[in-house]
Amino acid sequence: MSKLAPTPAQTVGPFFHYALPYDGDRDLIAPGTPGAVQFSGVVYDGTGAPVPDALVEIWQPDTEGNVVQEHGSLRRDGYTFTGFGRASTDRTGKFVFSTLRPGSMAEGRAPYFAVAVFARGLLNRCLTRAYLPGELAENDAFLTSVPAERRHTLMATEEGNRIVFDIRLQGEDETVFFGQ
Amino acid sequence: MSKINTNPDAAANTQAEINAEMAEVSRAYEAAGVVETQTRLNYPPYRSSILRSPTKSMLHPDPEGIEVYSPVFGHRDVDPLESNLTIVGNGDPLGEKMVVTGRVTDGEGRPVRNQLVEIWQANSAGRYVHKRDQHPAPLDPNFTGVGRCITDDEGNYRFTTIKPGPYPWRNHANAWRPAHIHFSLFGTDFTQRLVTQMYFPGDPLFALDPIFQSIVDPAARERLVATYDHDVTIPEVSTGYRWDIVLTGDRSTPLEADIEKDEEHA
Repeated sequence: MSKLAPTPAQTVGPFFHYALPYDGDRDLIAPGTPGAVQFSGVVYDGTGAPVPDALVEIWQPDTEGNVVQEHGSLRRDGYTFTGFGRASTDRTGKFVFSTLRPGSMAEGRAPYFAVAVFARGLLNRCLTRAYLPGELAENDAFLTSVPAERRHTLMATEEGNRIVFDIRLQGEDETVFFGQ
Repeated sequence: MSKINTNPDAAANTQAEINAEMAEVSRAYEAAGVVETQTRLNYPPYRSSILRSPTKSMLHPDPEGIEVYSPVFGHRDVDPLESNLTIVGNGDPLGEKMVVTGRVTDGEGRPVRNQLVEIWQANSAGRYVHKRDQHPAPLDPNFTGVGRCITDDEGNYRFTTIKPGPYPWRNHANAWRPAHIHFSLFGTDFTQRLVTQMYFPGDPLFALDPIFQSIVDPAARERLVATYDHDVTIPEVSTGYRWDIVLTGDRSTPLEADIEKDEEHA
């Protein structure tokens, strides 16, 4: 069977705020719960200016590296970890999630958050990965295949229970994005 | 050329200037002779894309781990009533009531089942419920313009809503968006994630709109235009439109045009 042509993307536009955000969207786990980490960052444009009307989604395994296949990402019950979250950036371009530290999904592979970025002016969503630092990252087969001068754009920093990952849509330190 | 003003509220250029820029992009596309199936990320006539489009080459890693799955959505997440956008107030919203339905499939034609479809749109007067939308068209107390549903076992979605109106924006002087409904879709793996817009057949604003024209291939643009379907129309209740959606993902072989487009961005 011949492949069907894909439906092209269009920008999310500036007016998604009444539609896509929902109660508990950024809280995959209640903030302050033992084991909870804050995953945050700032989305920047090509001049280094923050993007206040972006939307960031994350999709991740649990702390053991298991894919969770549970309902309830849109109607959080406060107890079920579903692995999916959505956060709008604020006026300073910052997004914040409360979640669990993702685990490694396979022997020797570094743990990461899968990340999708949407914004007014961004005509297709951009996919990337926020890798957690550590020994696994230094030896991860994919990470080490990324040109060294761009590899740092896929690396989050971690301090205590805070994980920080900034996203640069353009510019010298443009984040590595994944094409289709 | 003078520096382009990328302020989204600048309205610094005329429609004729934007038209000339769009015509130049079309000429270059046709001369290149390579079919592009996707939207251009950097489409300068859409001013907001200039500083927000990635310019370095995209990597094409094999999706691994979490990316070959999708979040699971179900009836715990979405009430069936959320697919009817006309019942939120105490009365009927103004405008042309319509049903929009279609099938979500992957590139092989397989249905995308039990996945989330979210929509948002302006009301019949072309006004969004959003504080940044201050254009002087009336809000409708009986219409918020937001809906959700879960695809069924054949991949079908279905919404009851109101036909949205066109509305002005400030990309350039006298810029108007063609009437459209925003769609957000999840596939069977995370890399199929799609946000796009559905348009209505025969809209006179198509040729003037840099967001619609950011899909430079005319056949690819047509894939965003719904079809009026009299079999979907409900007698004495609503008109009916059909719009099918095809998702792709990293698990499929990349199309050559996409690869070349990425290299062109490098």
